[in-house]
Amino acid sequence: MSAPMTSANAWTIAAARDALRKGEITAVDLTMSCLTAIDAGDDLNAFVHKTPEIALEQARAADARLKAGDAPAMCGIPLGIKDLFCTKGVPSQAASKILKGFKPEYESTVTSKLFGAGAVMLGKLNMDEFAMGSSNETSAYGNAVSPWRREGSNVQLTPGGSSGGSAAAVAADLCLAATGTDTGGSIRQPAAFTGIVGIKPTYGRVSRWGIVAFASSLDQAGPMTKSVRDAAIMLQAMAGHDPMDSTSADIPVPDFEAALTGDIRGKVIGIPKEYRMDGMPAEIEALWARGIEMLKDAGAEVRDISLPHTKYALPAYYVIAPAEASSNLARYDGVRYGHRAKLTAGDGVTEMYEKTRAEGFGPEVQRRIMVGTYVLSAGFYDAYYNRARKVRALIKRDFETVFADGVDAILTPATPSAAFGLGEMSDADPIQMYLNDVFTVTVNLAGLPGISVPVGLDAQGLPLGLQLIGRPWDEAQLLNYAHVLESRAGFVAKAKKWW
Amino acid sequence: MAIDIDTARKVAKLARIRVEEADLPKLAGQLSGILGFMEQLNEVDVTGVEPMTSVTPMRLKRRADVVTDGDIQAQVLKNAPDAREGFFAVPKVVE
Repeated sequence: MSAPMTSANAWTIAAARDALRKGEITAVDLTMSCLTAIDAGDDLNAFVHKTPEIALEQARAADARLKAGDAPAMCGIPLGIKDLFCTKGVPSQAASKILKGFKPEYESTVTSKLFGAGAVMLGKLNMDEFAMGSSNETSAYGNAVSPWRREGSNVQLTPGGSSGGSAAAVAADLCLAATGTDTGGSIRQPAAFTGIVGIKPTYGRVSRWGIVAFASSLDQAGPMTKSVRDAAIMLQAMAGHDPMDSTSADIPVPDFEAALTGDIRGKVIGIPKEYRMDGMPAEIEALWARGIEMLKDAGAEVRDISLPHTKYALPAYYVIAPAEASSNLARYDGVRYGHRAKLTAGDGVTEMYEKTRAEGFGPEVQRRIMVGTYVLSAGFYDAYYNRARKVRALIKRDFETVFADGVDAILTPATPSAAFGLGEMSDADPIQMYLNDVFTVTVNLAGLPGISVPVGLDAQGLPLGLQLIGRPWDEAQLLNYAHVLESRAGFVAKAKKWW
Repeated sequence: MAIDIDTARKVAKLARIRVEEADLPKLAGQLSGILGFMEQLNEVDVTGVEPMTSVTPMRLKRRADVVTDGDIQAQVLKNAPDAREGFFAVPKVVE
């Protein structure tokens, strides 16, 4: 196979890897192609800190490795890195004012593994503040904008959130792939909104060390890519045990790309009836039905299943995630890093904390910290927090039951709608925004792997995705199911360039 | 359960986030809405269910209790808004 004819920044990781190894392109040229696309893509507000010097230095080193024949799959592949990852000497502020100016003295495990494999960092990507949001509208950098638009409309759409910059950058071919993180759907929802692939691995598959913590029992990092094969290749480089994260699992990482056999004959795919929500748009319903047909056609057995506690996942999540966030975000106090408020005469340390946090955190983050503070406070801990953790155990048990009954994976819609317009939800109740996570949040609560695959377009020409949920630690098979869905769906649409 | 203005003020204080008096009614309303949404959890029968503490049943790894790093004072203080003489500096804490 010769190098693809499109501009190099539009290539997949797999195509670029093969072309690099054959000497059909250099890592420096591939990187330059992305840097040019990034500079032309400022209207998307996806890259918020550009690192061209680092990128070119890494690309030159990758070329040397390729020449020497020592080239892992990710060698020379240009990536965008979500701002939530600490990158040494490079601003890492979780899209928050409170971490303005923060340059970590260390490198996150994920970025360190990627760079160790030869990957190239193009810069840091926009996101919702502290990953709290579903539309990238809570960012201190301003909104990231989706490259997609409704047919015949100039309305700016959300790329989703919280990994909105990652989704916009990959969909607009500013980079070959990007890192994302997912606490309640923050990889899968933006992937679905922008027609790309995003996988949240099993909790513990990827180290959380050096990733700014939101809700520690739910957060997982994963790749956001242009194909399922790319997700397999990049996840391979990100995954594995890390002594620096006590919750990272010390189990072998299988060869994910080798698992993409396309053979799913006899596998059992569950269709949960509880995911058929009242008022679900007919297009989502139809997309789901098409996905079921595709998997059947590939020889899978499709079975109706029940996950009875599904409707309680969102309320349980919105107790547990803010509770953990209120604890994790206590560290932003204006003492050790980031912003400190200007004080007036007579202000003591308490005033310093209160003013710093009021100035530094945006409204959604403040709201979640206070909800978390309330549900953990004396007298309410049992009524809210402990009850939510019990419900979480029941949600996990629902999944364990269907897997024990022989279900190999579960197919659901990824989102309840296509992407909405930026600002369209600004007057809505916070809970309206939370409903975006309705199909994804169960997966985080149960710690399972989930992947979003682009399957079709809606009547207005916007991408729609389906989600596959796998057994714990079974990303390899999950990627294979996703690969089958991707091949059958044949989704090739790209956003029409306006930026 | 509805959150009144006094409770909102108390929560803001506990969270160490300054909220102006004029903004408390709106905050109380939003917190009430979110907590109302959580009330659904009361429909679930959780009798005999243990609260979930870890996502995958595994024993946390242990390591030898020895110092593994150190001598990085300059790095630790590098990002501090106010560092003096090798320490983080804060307003007076004790009168």
